[in-house]
Amino acid sequence: MEVRNLSHRIGERWVLNNISLTVCAGETVVLLGRSGCGKTTLLKCINRLIDPTQGEILFNGRSTPEWDLFRMRRQIGYVIQDTGLFPHWTVAANAGLVPRLENWGAEAIQKRVNLLLEAVGLAPAEYAARYPRQLSGGQKQRVGIARALAADPPLLLMDEPFAALDPITRFELQKHFRALRTTMQKAALFVTHDVREALMLATRIVLLKDGSIDLVATPGNFLSGTTDEARAFLASLEEGWGSAS
Amino acid sequence: MGERLVSFGSQIISLTIEHLELVAFSIFVAALIAIPAAILMTRRATLRRGLMGLANVVQTVPSLALFGFLLPLPFIGGIGKHTAIIALCLYAILPILRNTLVGILGVDAAVRESAVAMGMTPAQILRQVELPLALPAILAGLRIATVTTIGTATIAAAIGAGGLGVFIFQGIASVDSAMILAGAVPAAAMAVVADEGLEWIEKRWSSA
Repeated sequence: MEVRNLSHRIGERWVLNNISLTVCAGETVVLLGRSGCGKTTLLKCINRLIDPTQGEILFNGRSTPEWDLFRMRRQIGYVIQDTGLFPHWTVAANAGLVPRLENWGAEAIQKRVNLLLEAVGLAPAEYAARYPRQLSGGQKQRVGIARALAADPPLLLMDEPFAALDPITRFELQKHFRALRTTMQKAALFVTHDVREALMLATRIVLLKDGSIDLVATPGNFLSGTTDEARAFLASLEEGWGSAS
Repeated sequence: MGERLVSFGSQIISLTIEHLELVAFSIFVAALIAIPAAILMTRRATLRRGLMGLANVVQTVPSLALFGFLLPLPFIGGIGKHTAIIALCLYAILPILRNTLVGILGVDAAVRESAVAMGMTPAQILRQVELPLALPAILAGLRIATVTTIGTATIAAAIGAGGLGVFIFQGIASVDSAMILAGAVPAAAMAVVADEGLEWIEKRWSSA
């Protein structure tokens, strides 16, 4: 997946300014930035929930507007903070949505759903028949991840998926996601405002500031980042650790 | 007075059936118009404002006056059942329209965004997500429409549409309270039964 010179304007304001970045298989690129820096807008441009004002996005080597919109979205997993699970469907029906849209056979869907629920740490026998309201926040988010992975998409878009969870559950899911990523070899674009999460999950961190790329670094290099915005994020990290100890 | 009520027996039954037919047919047609209209209105904000305004205006016309207005119109007017059904329909449309609209627009934004992002087509989102989630609200709208239509339909007798209103108008004309009750009691009972029955259905569906 490649973003080329992407800009987006809402009214008079440029919320994204000449963004270029590439995400390859097996990579997790974390978009880090303050609220309102444009990171969610960038994510939504990729699966065309928003059509950008300027610039181009290539998915599997083809420009996104050239794709059949619905087929393309079914090949891009999408996980959001509010989970967006369908409240009137069971966990199994939620997780099996995209395979169903792609007309897989019932048996294949069930096999896939069981495999994925297993992979995100929910025993199918116990959870498949439950409804979202019968799950905790962490369990819902696990189902959200299973749903995103269901049709084995090459690309995952994740918009602060763990932000609403308590710290312990969040840490569990972060570890789980890191393990999943190693086994599944997906390209992932992960939006967060949490610098600790970025350092833990990223293979590359892209720091956004006011709609522009401020810094691109590996987690190791990010720790010695010299831009003001990187320093501001690192300062919040040290402050956090200082007060915790 | 009890004896007199019993003497109306067979007529009560036939007028009750006539009344039910008036109501059922009106609600059916109203739903056929209101639900698709509401779906269109969720897609276009300008259409929403216009049609909602129109439906609100219709609702403010007193029912007896509306029957009067329809009488002289060619094709749709005149004495008889069809005029009554048109008027009852016009009244039933608003609650069904409003509840369907509120039900669909009330679907959680995150749920709708997920549905779009997962690659569902607009038709799939409507059928598999929006309508099922709006169903309790739609059923509540049908219930409100049915209960009010049972009441309003008694006035339809004034333009020769029959139903339990026949007793009520005859009773008023001849100052015969037993006859008024022979129309009013079954109509009230019908409204209560319809209300309870449809509420039961509503609860069953929304807990699924």
